[in-house]
Amino acid sequence: MLQADLTIILPEIILSIYAMLALVAAVYTGKDKAAPMLVWITSALFVVLAVWIGMNGEGSTEAFGGMFIEDAFSRFGKVTILLSAAAVLVMSQDYMHRRGLLRFEYPLLVALAVVGMMVMVSSGDLMTLYMGLELQSLSLYVIASLRRESAKSTEAGLKYFVLGALSSGLLLYGASLVYGFSGTTLFAGIIEAAQGDYLPLGMLFGLVFMASGFAFKVSAVPFHMWTPDVYEGAPTPITAFFATAPKVAAMGLFARVMHDAFGGMVGDWQQIVALLAVLSMFLGAIAAIGQRDIKRLMAYSSIAHMGYALMGLAAGTAFGVQAMLVYMAIYVTMNIGTFAFILSMEKDGQPVTSIDSLNLLARAEPGKALAMLVLLFSLAGVPPLVGFFGKFYVLRAAYDAGLVWLAVAGVVASVIGAFYYLRIVYFMYFGEESEGLDGGKSAMLSGFLMASAAIMLIGIVNLFGIETPAAMAAAQLVN
Amino acid sequence: MTIAALAFYLFAITTIAGGLFTVISRNPVHSVLWLILAFLSSAGLFVLLGAEFVAMLLIIVYVGAVAVLFLFVVMMLDVDFAELKAEMAKYMPLALLIGVILLMQLGMAFGAWTEADQAQALRGAVTPTETHNTAALGALIYDRYFLIFQLAGLILLVAMIGAIVLTLRHRQDVKRQDIFEQLYRDPAKAMELKDVKPGQGL
Amino acid sequence: MAEFFTNTNLGIFLVILAKTLLLILPIVASTAFLMYGERKIWAAVQLRRGPNVVGAFGILQSFADFIKYIVKEVVFPAGADRVVFLLAPMISVVMAVIVWAVIPFGDGWAIADINVAILYVFAVSSLEVYGVIMGGWASNSKYPFLGSLRSAAQMISYEVSIGLIIIGIIISTGSLNFGDIVNAQKGNYGLLNWYWLPHLPMLFLFYISALAETNRPPFDLPEAESELVAGYQVEYSSTPFMLFFLGELLAMVLMTALVTLLFFGGWLSPIPGISDGLLWMVGKMFLVYFTFSMVKAITPRYRYDQLMRLGWKVFLPLSLAWVVIVSFLAKFEAFGGVYARWAIGG
Repeated sequence: MLQADLTIILPEIILSIYAMLALVAAVYTGKDKAAPMLVWITSALFVVLAVWIGMNGEGSTEAFGGMFIEDAFSRFGKVTILLSAAAVLVMSQDYMHRRGLLRFEYPLLVALAVVGMMVMVSSGDLMTLYMGLELQSLSLYVIASLRRESAKSTEAGLKYFVLGALSSGLLLYGASLVYGFSGTTLFAGIIEAAQGDYLPLGMLFGLVFMASGFAFKVSAVPFHMWTPDVYEGAPTPITAFFATAPKVAAMGLFARVMHDAFGGMVGDWQQIVALLAVLSMFLGAIAAIGQRDIKRLMAYSSIAHMGYALMGLAAGTAFGVQAMLVYMAIYVTMNIGTFAFILSMEKDGQPVTSIDSLNLLARAEPGKALAMLVLLFSLAGVPPLVGFFGKFYVLRAAYDAGLVWLAVAGVVASVIGAFYYLRIVYFMYFGEESEGLDGGKSAMLSGFLMASAAIMLIGIVNLFGIETPAAMAAAQLVN
Repeated sequence: MTIAALAFYLFAITTIAGGLFTVISRNPVHSVLWLILAFLSSAGLFVLLGAEFVAMLLIIVYVGAVAVLFLFVVMMLDVDFAELKAEMAKYMPLALLIGVILLMQLGMAFGAWTEADQAQALRGAVTPTETHNTAALGALIYDRYFLIFQLAGLILLVAMIGAIVLTLRHRQDVKRQDIFEQLYRDPAKAMELKDVKPGQGL
Repeated sequence: MAEFFTNTNLGIFLVILAKTLLLILPIVASTAFLMYGERKIWAAVQLRRGPNVVGAFGILQSFADFIKYIVKEVVFPAGADRVVFLLAPMISVVMAVIVWAVIPFGDGWAIADINVAILYVFAVSSLEVYGVIMGGWASNSKYPFLGSLRSAAQMISYEVSIGLIIIGIIISTGSLNFGDIVNAQKGNYGLLNWYWLPHLPMLFLFYISALAETNRPPFDLPEAESELVAGYQVEYSSTPFMLFFLGELLAMVLMTALVTLLFFGGWLSPIPGISDGLLWMVGKMFLVYFTFSMVKAITPRYRYDQLMRLGWKVFLPLSLAWVVIVSFLAKFEAFGGVYARWAIGG
């Protein structure tokens, strides 16, 4: 019995044991000198696990009496999380190393955070959910303030920590109300208890509190306040990490709970999620306009993108979940490329994040500028790039589910949002003469940037076939 | 009134009083001491429920370790709490408003509280019967909730790593004690034995 | 009449009260003689006479001290937090006394023979640190505060290893009840059956941790006379001082009881064939107490960094490793199952 359970969670076990062993090994040997090697090993392990999970998994199995679910949905989430974490980790190495931030704990904390995320997307119980969430959040709090001598970084970490604790509190409170109603913490039990149109107020409160907790984790409006500050304050590679894997995990968790546990009350949560989606899209689009710092801008951009992903969830259908998964995969790819570009922005060896510094970049480095242009167009959702298909998917899901107003709002917000992406393009190509950037000749970062841009172009053909696994994942989640 | 009822009211009243004075007492050290009283009384309530293992753990962990560290920090903090409170007073009306609204909502929720038909049965189904609660807890934690227990361990590991990463500084300018070097020092080199004759001195 | 004591609330209350008095009075009274004995032992080690004025051989010295403590004036330092200042010694002595509720002196001879007795002892002894820390803080003076901080850190550090050592014993016994722990040490070979043999490494660790936990030499840093005058007790005088003093003494007597119960078979007779009983328990406690006194007489004081290093870097890993080792030895019933004497379950 136990052996069968352990086989199911083997990837998580391998990753956590690796983290612990590497921790001890690094402490007793090279300490921070071992860090570059650990970064490579960790990302290699991520990739191996991603391939393994992606190739091997079949069907849907449960471990520990339903507390841990291994199905197509969790596999899709895990593969996305692992690959994006591996990419960001590799990208970050050079930047962190040159600024003396490459502590050996960094890759291991990322590994433990990834364990948390993997548990999140496969949780089948309110308690597993919370444990995964906290494992992830705690690691993220720490790496957010990794640059501990900088006031901004520590402020980012502290802000993230305090607000994160608050949201965990909301989540737990909601979970306790749900448990109080249904008498069990298993999703399978909750969905049985919470059927029908008329549910008691306590259960609804539980749902609302839990949804607020999740909304914080995916940084949806009105729980987004921490995002710009944390994105700005944390070291850039860590911001890149924040913008990718944890978002996928949180979104996966959101969808998992809404469908697996509250699948019997779609009508109740649909309005909440739709409201979160529409607020996020508009706030993300409008607040980003005034930003002069590209990291803050990316923060608002990610808020807006979460709005679109939530739109897919709001549809409440299998197609909606499929759209959300596709959207998240595309979003992560775009963000990795964009952050590869931001990481390479530097002047006299110092990182620069102001948008003004991009003036006339196209003359100095036409290749990079072109790749960035493709990515920005894709982020804005300009057809026919891949980013457009992501948006198209979620809009269609919302439209099919009868949420026409939401789809219309999405289109309007997307038009507003396009402005600030295009403004960066304007700066790069037609900006004023000013002192530009120098350096940033890292082949690795350029590689990621180019690859990401290329994906945005080539993916037009068939989105690299991610629709099929996403559809399978959605079908197993929603039934 | 039975002794159990008497004990319940005693513990209940001290818990509430402890909690209340934790919040309203002016001296932060007194606040922590009241908090400890609240912990102790709630441990008493656990005992009355028959959950003696949880009660003892509450005392050992929260009172014996966590609150001591609290007390350490509070005693050494140099914060003007009166000023902080004045600052907080500005936001008091807003906080009160939110509090009242939340309270009303919860009142509504609990006023109309119902639970699913099978909830009571499900709640009880988990607990092993016919064994005392220490053994029952052991069976649940190390068997049924094994995964969660291990994950909790990982979370604590991360907390530990985090504390070290964010605070440990290797200072080069301090002289450190090397215990082994001190232990293995040769007595013959460090001191000289002299046989002092009585009445003569050195 | 018997029904009155078993069925009515008042009767039960009276029985418990009687039991309590029967236990507490001898223990408190014995501290007077223990103190006297200890001073005589130190004196003998240092070639002095020790107390020899009050009564024959100075045997009434402790009582004379007692009267002096009672009748002198209580002095409050300026700026002291009066309530906490008085509360601290009371907590110290109350905690030292209530632990005895679960300590058995014979099979089932405890006021409360509860399932989680050993946890109770651990919990209450972890509260004793509050007496120290509150006393040092409330005195509003630097030396007491330093002493109390040192003491609290020290007590918490060694509590960890004491807890882990106790876990090893619990794993071997399968119960948290003192009666079960002692009965698990029963066997055909008398004292060879006791836990000191299978848990020998932990006996040393426990003994040393017990000294540190009760702030006894060589770990009496909280009251290191040469640096901190008398640590957290500097500002105390008269009865509050006596309460502190009594609390510490009782805590030490408790440690002798714990060593006896956990490692030396409690009330069991060391030689097969001789009947078990209260006298064995008391005798063993006296013996342990004697060794405690001897340690005080012959060891120099540790340095604080050495103390902390010993607690965290030596005792903690060792005792933790021992828990793991014992778990395996018990699980696979190694050495004829000496580590697996489970009273219940398995």
